Amino acid sequence: MSLTLQDVKRVAMLARIAVTDEEAAAYQQQLNGIFSLIEEMQAVDTAGVAPMSHAQDVCQRLRDDTVTETDQHEKFQAIAPQVEAGLYLVPRVIE
Amino acid sequence: MINASLKQLAALLAEKKISSQELTQSFLERIHARNPALNAFVTLNQEISLAEARAADVRIAAGGAAPLSGIPIAHKDIFCADGWRTTCGSKMLENFVAPYDAHVISRFKTAGMVSLGKTNMDEFAMGSSNETSYFGTVKNPWDANAVPGGSSGGSAAAVAARLAPAATGTDTGGSIRQPAALTGITGLKPTYGVVSRYGMIAFASSLDQAGPMAKSAEDCALLMNVMAGFDERDSTSLERPTEDYTRDLEQPLAGLKIGLPREYFAEGLSADVGAAVETALAEYRKLGATTVDISLPNTRLSIPVYYVLAPAEASTNLSRFDGVRYGYRAPDYTDLTDMYQKTRAQGFGSEVKRRIMIGSYVLSHGYYDAYYMQAQKIRRLIAQDFDAAFRQCDIIMGPTAPTTAFNFGEKASDPVSMYLSDIYTIAVNLAGLPGMSVPCGFGTNGRPVGLQIIGNYFAEAKMLGVAHQYQLATDWHTRMPNTI
Repeated sequence: MSLTLQDVKRVAMLARIAVTDEEAAAYQQQLNGIFSLIEEMQAVDTAGVAPMSHAQDVCQRLRDDTVTETDQHEKFQAIAPQVEAGLYLVPRVIE
Repeated sequence: MINASLKQLAALLAEKKISSQELTQSFLERIHARNPALNAFVTLNQEISLAEARAADVRIAAGGAAPLSGIPIAHKDIFCADGWRTTCGSKMLENFVAPYDAHVISRFKTAGMVSLGKTNMDEFAMGSSNETSYFGTVKNPWDANAVPGGSSGGSAAAVAARLAPAATGTDTGGSIRQPAALTGITGLKPTYGVVSRYGMIAFASSLDQAGPMAKSAEDCALLMNVMAGFDERDSTSLERPTEDYTRDLEQPLAGLKIGLPREYFAEGLSADVGAAVETALAEYRKLGATTVDISLPNTRLSIPVYYVLAPAEASTNLSRFDGVRYGYRAPDYTDLTDMYQKTRAQGFGSEVKRRIMIGSYVLSHGYYDAYYMQAQKIRRLIAQDFDAAFRQCDIIMGPTAPTTAFNFGEKASDPVSMYLSDIYTIAVNLAGLPGMSVPCGFGTNGRPVGLQIIGNYFAEAKMLGVAHQYQLATDWHTRMPNTI
């Protein structure tokens, strides 16, 4: 398998990372190097093997449906790039 | 003083031969003098450190000291610490002051240990040489041309150069063990789930685990007594009875069966590292252990599996850095998508971007089964290899890394060669097992060699005992670089 320049630009878009044409070409070469390593997996017969998503075989814990957090929005929003009246400001989304 | 063990420091503090303020001040002075050359610390906050030291002195005087109260410790800059700039080695978080404490940080605070500063690291813990940090490389105290390893390179260098009595690290694919090996210190990655990940900036959540980095196994055991334990705020934290990790330190090694995976002593292992590890194994036989040949046949596949799973989890975890709630935001943009794309293009370094793109690709429509699912299946085969191996032995040993510390720039331009340097450590994370590295000699270039000790699930106390008995019989862990 080999990623085309188009593939690289598409994946950069999916990842929301702006890339110039020059950067895309450099990433294409590096990602293809990494994917040639990853391709070694394809030769392995894994029929009947259950996927392992986690190191420990445990279930999600449940907790009581009670309030455990206090309101600290001022503290948390003090580190945000742009805040007004308790709201995070972003460029207009809906015209 | 700089070479004193945590036990010795605790005794000096308890006997009032030194105050925590004096001890903290002396390490801060060492840092001020030596850090400009090493770059092991990225953030210091003398006021907080000394205030914590004063509080520890009051506590000790009042007779309410915990075993490590008053001893300073450096923290990898991946742990959120209230009031401390917490960068994770990234421009993205260059000005991020954490608004809360990670579980690990609050444990050390409760124990009365003094936060000495935040240590440098590969950006978002992605790297094996500390060369991906936005804040510059860390020099290996043994040789200024050598990398300290990564990603916990700053913590490793700080302990190796005796700028801190101990440090915290995190290990997703070897990031505690490999830098410990490359700088001649002792480091332990616990069983997955033993130390809470709450407040530890996430890289690959199913693999990330925090652990201690110190001068000896005994010190690591004492630090584990503070760090380990259940935390309901981490959904993968394990509810287990409290352990005393020092309980097996004095256990003799007679009858211990050490498994030697033949894949760890094969092609790719440099001769000097192999020789140092063989000498260590001979010492273990002298101490009454026996060795047995074992096989971990899927070792080589651990690298491709890791470079699917870790980037997949990272691409998801790092989607939170979007320039909205915290961290960097690009100064100029036209609309929301443009803001995201420019913020992330400017805020992340190239290794992080590479891994996010790999992750986004393997999780994208049409590729999920071929990559992510296949990797998860092979992950199980790798875990089963260890299961089978531990039926033949009590503990596994081998090299931590295939070579001693490499030079700056040697692997930086070739991601694949950098990835291969973690060949002996990654499988342990995939299986979720505990692993540690202890110094066991030097390579032909005078740089340290690490012996890796891998235990079965929850065998930390036993591993620490196995390491401590070796450290009673040898003095590699007491060696210091002559530059300090």
